[in-house]
Amino acid sequence: MLCIVWDDSIGVEKLPEQSQAIVIYTGWERHALIGSDIRLSCSFFSWRWTSEDVTFSWTYRPDGSRDSISIFHYTGGVAYVDNKGPFRDRLEFVGNPGRRDGSILLKNLDFNDNGTFTCDAKNPPDIVGRPSSVRLLVFEKVPIQAGVITGAIIGVVLGLLVLIVVIYYLMRFLVARRVFSLSVSKHGKKKKEGSQQRQASSLLSFPHIPSSSTSSTSSFSHTLRHMYTSS
Amino acid sequence: MLLLLLGIILLHVAALVLLFVSTIVSVWTSSETSTSDLWINCTSANGGYHCDPASTGEWIQAVQALMILSIIFSCLSLLLFFIQLFTLQKGGRFFLTGTFQILASLFVMSGAIIYTVMSPDWVPEVSAFGYSYILAWVAFPLALISGLIYVILRKRE
Repeated sequence: MLCIVWDDSIGVEKLPEQSQAIVIYTGWERHALIGSDIRLSCSFFSWRWTSEDVTFSWTYRPDGSRDSISIFHYTGGVAYVDNKGPFRDRLEFVGNPGRRDGSILLKNLDFNDNGTFTCDAKNPPDIVGRPSSVRLLVFEKVPIQAGVITGAIIGVVLGLLVLIVVIYYLMRFLVARRVFSLSVSKHGKKKKEGSQQRQASSLLSFPHIPSSSTSSTSSFSHTLRHMYTSS
Repeated sequence: MLLLLLGIILLHVAALVLLFVSTIVSVWTSSETSTSDLWINCTSANGGYHCDPASTGEWIQAVQALMILSIIFSCLSLLLFFIQLFTLQKGGRFFLTGTFQILASLFVMSGAIIYTVMSPDWVPEVSAFGYSYILAWVAFPLALISGLIYVILRKRE
């Protein structure tokens, strides 16, 4: 006989709460002038509500070095700033953990502050996530963004080209119209109807001429000759 | 006549292809560990291959713009050549085509000259000029000759 034994110990096990990935956002690169202040922003996306045990931590790796040091940590509702490292007395917490903002403010920047700042945030039980890094570049003067001057030069030259083409066709059209009006006043004195009708039909074709050929100077003389021979 | 036409078109297309290769591939300087170009600097020092976008100085952007403009003008001149081939009157000259091609060659020349003059700032001493730089300098006389041929050429038949 089969006995089914129901063992309480394998009843309903308490599974650990499912944790989903947390996504952390910082900037990609920040430029700043020497001596200025800069705010490095860090925020995260998580499917859970913001828990009370949310933590933010910032680490800094100078350019050219392989070690990173920890410069900021927020946990249990208290923010701990750097008081021994390169940012002592220059770091301030300006974020709002309740709104998932873990931004810090760096004051009085120097060239030694060039480097990569990494923000790591945890929102228990969402703890699986990749820390995000922002690169800080300190300049004496802020350089022009890549591509601005390139685009400006290309745009100006092409614009000049278009302008020259437009002006050229405008001039041709105006000169042709002036010749048109001159010829109307000249041939209007002749009394032959047939010639006037033929004149009108040949003169009316003037506005189409600018679009036909692209060879410039000979077409003016061509149209003038055409006009005089048809009368 | 047909042979002449083919030769001229071939010359033009050759100059255009050189311009494209020089601008896109752009191995303008190369050394054992790094190549630096108009658009990107790649270095394989410190182990691993590592590329950075080129510095955002004003002059390198000017060189980029001039190279792109020369490509645009050379393409336009090729298009104009075919248009003028069919619409020009007998005995007419391909002035417009020649003008655009000569302008394209001038742009390449200025770009290459600016790069040469500013290269002590950008290129470390150990690097030599790469083949894209040389192609740019070769494209300049080719385009110039092509443009001059267009200006001299007269349309027959």
